Amino acid sequence: MSKRIVVDPITRIEGHLRVEADIENGKIKDAYSSGTMVRLLEEILRGRDPKDAWAFVGRVCGVCTSIHSLTSVRCVEDALDIVIPPNAELVRNIMFCAQYIHDHVVHFYHLHAMDWVDVVNALKADPKKTSELAQSISKWPKSSPGYFSDLQTRIKKFVDSGQLGIFANGYWGHPAYKLPAEVNLIGLAHYLEALEWQKEIVKVHAIFGGKNPHPNYLVGGMACAIGVDDVSGINAERLAYVGQLLKDGKDFVEQVYIPDLMAVASFYKDWGSIGGGLGNYLVYGDLPTNGYRDLSGYKFPAGAILNKDISKVYDVDLKKEDEVQEFITHSWYEYKEGDDKGLHPWKGESKIKYTGPKPPFEHLNTNEKYSYLKTPRWKGHAMEVGPLARVLVGYARGREDFKAVVDKALKDLNVPVTALFSTLGRTAARGLESVLTAQWGLDFYDQLLANIKNGDTRMAEMSKFDSSTWPKSALGVGHTEAPRGALAHWINIQDEKIANYQLVVPTTWNASPRDNKGQMSAYEAALIDTPVADEKQPLEILRTIHSFDPCMACSVHLYDEDGTTISRISVLGD
Amino acid sequence: MTNDALPKQPTYYEEVERKGYSRRDFMKFVSLMTAFIGLENTAIGQVAKALETKPRLPVIWLHFQECTCCSESFIRSSHPIVADILLDKISLDYTETLMAASGTQAEAALKNTMTKYKGQYILCVEGSVPTAADGVYCMIGGKTSMQILEEAAEGAAAIIAWGSCASNGCVQAAKPNPTSATPIHKLVKGKPIIKVPGCPPIGEVMAGVIVHYLTFGRIPELDRLGRPKAFYSKRVHDSCYRRPFYDAGLFVETFDDENAKKGYCLYKVGCKGPSTYNACGVMKWNNGTSYPIQSGHPCIGCSEENYWDNGRLYERASHFAGFGIEANADTLGKVALGVTAAALAGHAIATNIGKSKLIHEHQAEGRESEHELEQ
Repeated sequence: MSKRIVVDPITRIEGHLRVEADIENGKIKDAYSSGTMVRLLEEILRGRDPKDAWAFVGRVCGVCTSIHSLTSVRCVEDALDIVIPPNAELVRNIMFCAQYIHDHVVHFYHLHAMDWVDVVNALKADPKKTSELAQSISKWPKSSPGYFSDLQTRIKKFVDSGQLGIFANGYWGHPAYKLPAEVNLIGLAHYLEALEWQKEIVKVHAIFGGKNPHPNYLVGGMACAIGVDDVSGINAERLAYVGQLLKDGKDFVEQVYIPDLMAVASFYKDWGSIGGGLGNYLVYGDLPTNGYRDLSGYKFPAGAILNKDISKVYDVDLKKEDEVQEFITHSWYEYKEGDDKGLHPWKGESKIKYTGPKPPFEHLNTNEKYSYLKTPRWKGHAMEVGPLARVLVGYARGREDFKAVVDKALKDLNVPVTALFSTLGRTAARGLESVLTAQWGLDFYDQLLANIKNGDTRMAEMSKFDSSTWPKSALGVGHTEAPRGALAHWINIQDEKIANYQLVVPTTWNASPRDNKGQMSAYEAALIDTPVADEKQPLEILRTIHSFDPCMACSVHLYDEDGTTISRISVLGD
Repeated sequence: MTNDALPKQPTYYEEVERKGYSRRDFMKFVSLMTAFIGLENTAIGQVAKALETKPRLPVIWLHFQECTCCSESFIRSSHPIVADILLDKISLDYTETLMAASGTQAEAALKNTMTKYKGQYILCVEGSVPTAADGVYCMIGGKTSMQILEEAAEGAAAIIAWGSCASNGCVQAAKPNPTSATPIHKLVKGKPIIKVPGCPPIGEVMAGVIVHYLTFGRIPELDRLGRPKAFYSKRVHDSCYRRPFYDAGLFVETFDDENAKKGYCLYKVGCKGPSTYNACGVMKWNNGTSYPIQSGHPCIGCSEENYWDNGRLYERASHFAGFGIEANADTLGKVALGVTAAALAGHAIATNIGKSKLIHEHQAEGRESEHELEQ
């Protein structure tokens, strides 16, 4: 007999996610992932100026901030055949790299670490031993015995206050926590340091995009004009600021994040064979070095891998109608031609129809529709997207920089390459690509300086900014690799306005419900066979779900074709 | 882990008492303050109790229809840094973004604070509440956001509506607002609500609102729209360092043109600074690093109500709020231009003869723009 457990809300994610799992003999036998919030942004975009779309869809997500805006301007530029200047590409790439290391560090320390690090246990650590351990794995300067003992005193005072705040009701003392107290204390110290550090690296976005979260983008390039002899433009001071931030970011990744990741991973090698899931991986690719349209120049190569077979990488075409399709068999929507059909995003239609239980409720009816997420498929296959997919495709494509970081990590941990297909592999891949992007960011920065020195100060191609120059109708696709995985937007422009705008986002690939054939998506598949020691404290479920870095606001955004609204209801009188 | 291990920190009331004020003084202050912000008498006790309570103020932070940009912005605060806020200043007992506990343990933490600190906790809300279809467009733990807000608001001493979603609905409330995304003040009555609009608000502004409450023992003074005056009493335009170019009629005509490289005013390419109340021009973003206009992009007006439907992004705003119904930007620009260009010239010539050539060029350009604006 299996027992159904519900974890809702899943915290330390972006947005609203619910997991229902059937547990039998201490393992997960079946699992259901449900997105429970919807904003219907695509309906709101209809009829608006395509040049404005980036600002609207940027608000899809403030955690993976900037990445939807980037996808949107690319999508419009694709439709209108605009080629942006090299400097704009470089600035976008630098912002992309800054976003990656920010997002991945914050994920590791603030969203994922507490699945592995027992915060309360850190109070038992010996500060001197902690210092020795810290200095043996990194040259990071904040590592003296006094530093760790001061922190311990501060945390003890916090715990003794009886107000545990964000640490309240954690699964502290759970048998699945395996780290020695000293590693827990290092983890806690770096949790706080990373919280302080993360506000620095995003200043790269403030310099080029004016603010973070939600920096500004521009169809045709970037708005941050280069004016080396003006206080307002991108001048020597602004550029030096960016260079310093990127360098400091790289130091933090190399001296804090990676040593911690490897130290934690070495105690959880058993998670190298748990949570593998689908074994199918999809990457659209990003970081162009020879223009966005030349896929062969991407730092993150595109491709698909099936059944964990890294000897073969398939090409992906987002414009072909039989490749990417979305299904709604188990989603709270209706299709005109029936709910079993799959639709390419350019023909995407959706009419929202909630058929779940009336709240408040205990369980969803998972045999029928159970999520606001649609279910995307690539040539009918369920695919995993994200850091692991990117690292595997880079590795399988034989890219030297990928091979170097992957082989070193496998050797240091003394695990086989198959250990990558797992919860641990996903978490490790996020760190490995942070090492790559931290360096690439500096490379792009050097190229930007060289261009400006050589007299190229162009930052935007404005010849098609005026919508009267546009064709009567135009179709476009913009793609990127968001920190959480492959992301694309499809636009249909008619008479200078948005006729249809569709987003298929990473967490939709990973967290969606079953498709028309009953195939599970990545979250559900990865949970199968995961051990659960205490069903009242399902720490193991959080480990695997968090290894994907869920972003729910991104994944649910569909439109209501009929614009159906039901009368307003006031919660607390009027 | 006993509570006796360390000396207790004083509460606000104890602090006030130590400084020689009587409880009578304290209550008088609280009632004055409460009257000032327009609360009913019943709220006086609540606010007083909140300030007398535990050393660290209990805070519940709910997430509804949002993108988490407000939480992200909050952790960008540089003074105070968020680690210090979390460890020393408040007890953030529920936030889906950062809390360790999930599922039933998370809900238990929420319930515990709502019960134990009834009438004393601060409720922060990030996101709007969809009221269409009986609220099923946002559900957490099997309940709708409408139900959760109702329960959590009841025992709150005060509510902070973070960001444009909670303050005015933001992007999901843009036309046709398909989920009936609704801001908090339209759903909760009888509680002090501090609106902190912006998409997101500046991190230091968010920290500033909380620190104001902790430092001065009262919620900040609010304007007629419920926003803290400290941060929302000036238009971005009034504090913009590019304002002299506006006054002189010197504008960016298109992105990346020569005028853009010189940092001229972005009004003609759609800047909403003249109708947007926010602290961006003064405090800037990310610890003063920059702000949208400084980085060459027009202000999109993200802290204003309905900003998504107030004209296109790159369209020149035709009407300015705050200057009477008839006045529009063109006439304002002309009036300002006539007066200020002369003043600018006089001032500049008097102080720096060497720049006269440059100033003459600017003036010529200004006249040209003025001519254009008249057309």
